[in-house]
Amino acid sequence: MPIKHPNLKLTRLTDALPAWAGEVAPEYLHEICLQVRDGGGRLVALWGSDSRPRGCETLPTESADCGSSRVAPPPAPEGCAPPSRGRGFMLHVALMNESGLVCLHVVLLNEHPVYPDLSLIFPAANRMQRATYDMLGIYAHEGHDHRKWVRHGAWHSGSFPLRKDFDAAASRTDEADAYPFVQVEGQGVHEVPVGPVHAGIIEPGHFRFSIIGERVLRLDERLGYVHKGIEKRFESMSLQQGAKLVGRVSGDSTVAYAWAYAMAAESIAKVTPPSRALWLRALLLERERVANHLGDLGYLGNDVAFSFGFAQFWILKEQVLRNNAVLFGHRYLMDKIVPGGVTVNLPAEGKRIIEQECEMLKRQVAILRGIYDEHAGMQDRFIGTGLVTPKLAAQLGLCGLAGRASAQAWDARVQFACAPYDKLDVQMATYRNGDVAARVIVRFGELFESLRLQLAILSNLVHEEDKPALIEKLPANGFGIGIVEGWRGEVMVAIHTDAQGALTRVHPHDPSWQNWPLLEHAVIDNIVPDFPLINKSFNLSYSGQDL
Amino acid sequence: MYPILKQIFKTGIKTETPPQADESMRLTEQRLQQEILDAFGGALAIRMVDAGSCNGCELEIHAVNNAYYNIEGLGIKFVASPRHADLLLVTGPVSRHMEIALKRTYDATPEPKLVVAIGDCACDGGIFGESYATCGKVSNVIPVDVVVSGCPPTPVAILQGILTAISAGRNVAQE
Repeated sequence: MPIKHPNLKLTRLTDALPAWAGEVAPEYLHEICLQVRDGGGRLVALWGSDSRPRGCETLPTESADCGSSRVAPPPAPEGCAPPSRGRGFMLHVALMNESGLVCLHVVLLNEHPVYPDLSLIFPAANRMQRATYDMLGIYAHEGHDHRKWVRHGAWHSGSFPLRKDFDAAASRTDEADAYPFVQVEGQGVHEVPVGPVHAGIIEPGHFRFSIIGERVLRLDERLGYVHKGIEKRFESMSLQQGAKLVGRVSGDSTVAYAWAYAMAAESIAKVTPPSRALWLRALLLERERVANHLGDLGYLGNDVAFSFGFAQFWILKEQVLRNNAVLFGHRYLMDKIVPGGVTVNLPAEGKRIIEQECEMLKRQVAILRGIYDEHAGMQDRFIGTGLVTPKLAAQLGLCGLAGRASAQAWDARVQFACAPYDKLDVQMATYRNGDVAARVIVRFGELFESLRLQLAILSNLVHEEDKPALIEKLPANGFGIGIVEGWRGEVMVAIHTDAQGALTRVHPHDPSWQNWPLLEHAVIDNIVPDFPLINKSFNLSYSGQDL
Repeated sequence: MYPILKQIFKTGIKTETPPQADESMRLTEQRLQQEILDAFGGALAIRMVDAGSCNGCELEIHAVNNAYYNIEGLGIKFVASPRHADLLLVTGPVSRHMEIALKRTYDATPEPKLVVAIGDCACDGGIFGESYATCGKVSNVIPVDVVVSGCPPTPVAILQGILTAISAGRNVAQE
């Protein structure tokens, strides 16, 4: 068991994953989080849920303007339950250390839903806490930053979409998004606002640069533009519809999300998918990683005006996508993983196609890596640009691919190798330099490793009849969690079911939550024209964090 | 330099024949005159706006730029500002938070202009639908000429949508 605390009783969620969950009172949360951090652990995700009994839902409705201090909520109405715990708002905190994943369910007071601020222990908690307030109206007591995050001006500050009694029509507004950016003052300092519509084929977000000459003094990010109410949408969906939706949280990571969702559902239903389905899932996940890394390596060339790199890598990527379409019926592999199994199969002929593709990619990528390595102009732009030191990365919780380029050796396929990765001995790619060059090197390393893994998976993929084990419906009052190392980093999905076994709360978590704040640090002291390059080297998801 | 040239020659030309226009993709009748279309057809500038997509459609719009589809070879290129654009390529169910930005981008694009909505979400709201956070399909927010369905639509379908928008409204495919 990864955490020991006298007031915390953990139960193992599933055999497939070293994951535990337990209820804890808010007063012990600080202590437990400190213990995890001091032991080298990390915050994976933070979200809230509304399980108030029907009929007592109208309170609390305190409103809080961004930046101002909180107003005490009004007293509970007569006839409602006395101050009670257990059926009100809950906060869920997923933590990870070397022995596993722990989800803490923090039971909050129905009438006064506050919890201790975690952002001083885990700085990555800051935006998650602010988003949790915007969506649910539960907040961090004595927190330092009460600015809104996900909410712009589409709904009132006093109404919260993830509350069960949320009235979409009544809470609609068209107010402008007045967001208090941090201003840098001094002689010669000026601001460059960029976005939300960007100058390329990119997702929308706003970046406020404070610069002096060409040099960036500070970057302030404003996201939330692609918030499309995904979490609320899950509440009205069946398990199968949810599987489709979760594959569209971030289209470039559809396999990772679908697998994490399936893993969470299987953990609630206590179902183990057939081993052939698990091998196929791993094959799809590695193919997703290969396609994305190829695309990124091409764009990193393009962003330093080396269009040869873009042309070459995108020819390779297109060949992978076309093989996906031929073998699995979808270029990006959407909707191929469902709770209980997979919807695809791979005939012997398909195995041969993938083997040939992997051999071809090994040869071609090796040639291109040689060209990238020896191209002086390119290396000049890559080396030392967009630096995140290992110390800063550890402090702020940088994760995934970008984390591994700053010596943060976390990879769910290695530390928590669920089937079939427990039989694959994944070699993690890490580097210490933390600059754009390091993120390129880690991408090359992971690309070659994924090609090796695909071949290993194919040799293990025995032909057997798939037992039909697809899950129709989930048990009542369940909670499950799934975590998958996507190409960008660890993708987590948590599912809560209600008394009827329907989806009452689904929380997908993208590693971009942790990594966006580091981008603000990485650009400091770089020149503005290097921002697109640095941004691309992280390639974070907007949709995955805006939800 | 030698390894780069060698790789270029070994790779050869990958570009494939572009698709024909498809009138079934057209949402509103062709609004532009033949002379303008002839000029557009020669060199079209596209401004791409993600108004709330999951990033899936963007992947395929990137792919349209690769050597196989080679959109620039047709004289069509993506530009950095709506003020330089003839055509807006819009993806996503329009999120409420992108509604104003999309309207402003449309207003900033000089007349005559065209709009092509890319993907199921842009055509009808898709899996996200209309909600407290989304306005649904793109034509709920700005006028749309051509819609391209698919989740995400293939690069060929995207090319076909763009070519339909700049064709004169005749069904070229049936001729």
